[in-house]
Amino acid sequence: MILSLSKDNIQVQREQDVVLLRNRVKEVAVKIKMGLLNQTKLITAASELLRNMLRYGNGGTCLVEIVSRGRDNGVRLTFADKGPGIADIPQAMRDGFSTGRSLGLGLPGAKRLVNEFDIKSKVGEGTTVMILKWANG
Amino acid sequence: MPFNIAKLLENQKKNILELWMKNQLEDEGLREDLITNEELRAQSEELVGSLVANIGAGGSTDLDGDNWSPVIEILGGIAITRARQGFSPRETGKFVYSLKEAILEVLQEQIGDDPKMLFEESRKINRIMDGLTVVTFETFIKGREEVILRQTDEIAEISTPVIRVWDGILALPIIGTLDSQRTQIVMENLLQEIVDTGSSIAILDISGVPAVDSLVAQHLIKTVSATRLMGAECIISGIRPEIAQTVVHLGIDLSSIITKSSLASALAYAFRTLRLEVRKQVVQNK
Amino acid sequence: MDKIPILRMGNFLLVTIQVDLYDRLALNLEADLVQMVNKTSARGVLIDISAVSIVDSFMGRIIGNIASMSKILDAETVVVGMQPAVAITLIELGLPLNGVHTALNVERGMKRLQEMIGPVQEDDDEIAPEDDSFAE
Repeated sequence: MILSLSKDNIQVQREQDVVLLRNRVKEVAVKIKMGLLNQTKLITAASELLRNMLRYGNGGTCLVEIVSRGRDNGVRLTFADKGPGIADIPQAMRDGFSTGRSLGLGLPGAKRLVNEFDIKSKVGEGTTVMILKWANG
Repeated sequence: MPFNIAKLLENQKKNILELWMKNQLEDEGLREDLITNEELRAQSEELVGSLVANIGAGGSTDLDGDNWSPVIEILGGIAITRARQGFSPRETGKFVYSLKEAILEVLQEQIGDDPKMLFEESRKINRIMDGLTVVTFETFIKGREEVILRQTDEIAEISTPVIRVWDGILALPIIGTLDSQRTQIVMENLLQEIVDTGSSIAILDISGVPAVDSLVAQHLIKTVSATRLMGAECIISGIRPEIAQTVVHLGIDLSSIITKSSLASALAYAFRTLRLEVRKQVVQNK
Repeated sequence: MDKIPILRMGNFLLVTIQVDLYDRLALNLEADLVQMVNKTSARGVLIDISAVSIVDSFMGRIIGNIASMSKILDAETVVVGMQPAVAITLIELGLPLNGVHTALNVERGMKRLQEMIGPVQEDDDEIAPEDDSFAE
């Protein structure tokens, strides 16, 4: 059972908000004593998802949570946008696939950097991506 | 006639303690190697004192009550210490059971002529002591788990030593299987050491790795690539012939990595790269 | 708009990134740097990222782009001082930056550049880079 210990919803509309959110994620990661490497992985994954949200979803919100399961603590981030949505999720999750002109590492790369990853999308309604990193995961 | 068990126990505190100590000291399994008699007596005295005081204070047998927390705390402390000292569960259990024996014996002595009351009070004591036994075991197991967790961390740390073999050359012998968790630690330690020592060559010796499958190979390649990103070179050494065979049979491409059969040849390569020369001294007999 | 300063040191350009990059800043750096390489006919570019704590796929791509673009303009690029956590994260992300040269610090990076482009000559004769001269 995963319990949510603290919640914080952040709006992301402009590119500069990215730096703000990164700092916020860093803050909560430090709070639960996450190691430097895991912090870096988490923030990098967040960075990838934020870019996607700004580029394809016209911005959105990010829910920053501290969660706990038994003796483990972790950070859970939920990115939600009201953009066009993703029609073919398996395709979007493949390395090197991109509808923009990027490297196509965003989604699959972010997934590799965290412990849990979940993506839900409806065409025309938006996309929600959840990532979770345990402090010692 | 209202009977006051609290008063009785309070009066008999000394007796209970003596009986309990006697029970404990008579036991063949007493671990004199782990705990001295004085320590044992101090622990026992504290617990009896707190227990008797509590029965007197509330008289409630519900261990969830706030008034029990001092007793539980003392008992928990003892259980955790015992878990760390290496007592067995049986030995820890006996510690609590023998207290119950002692109390019941005193009760028998004092109110043995009233069977109904003896039964009533014994049941109460039983309920309390059983609850405390459960608490003891819970805490004991928690203490053990902590020991295990700490050891796991220690093993992970110990099993990835980074050795500075020469100025600018690091070696990291890997012993045992290389899973992703371990690769992570290996990479972190190695890269940090590269930064700390300013080394430009790292040798990863896998003579102690029992088998290399595609997953292990992937982890090796990752480590090499990460080292390269830092601006250092990573050589894999200690590749046994059977490993070379499996690698090729599995179709794993290691061509992007510098591989050497032994640590010695990897070191020789590192010397050449750093333009160092190791020579045998010519002894001149005059 | 923020700008990352580019320093000229003889034949080389030195860029020290001191702030956390966001996309537009990185794109500006790419454009500025390529302009500078062209204007100064620099032979080497040194990018110091020792103060950068996050490099994601976009910034990784910019670094790769700078290296490739400079190469076309006949300048080598060396990235120096990457933090261990950043290196491991880039590898997990799937971005080993294969075309980019690396070094531990600015000093080593400078040496590496000098080795790569050979002795400085006034009239810029073609000198074959010999960076694998000690390989087996």
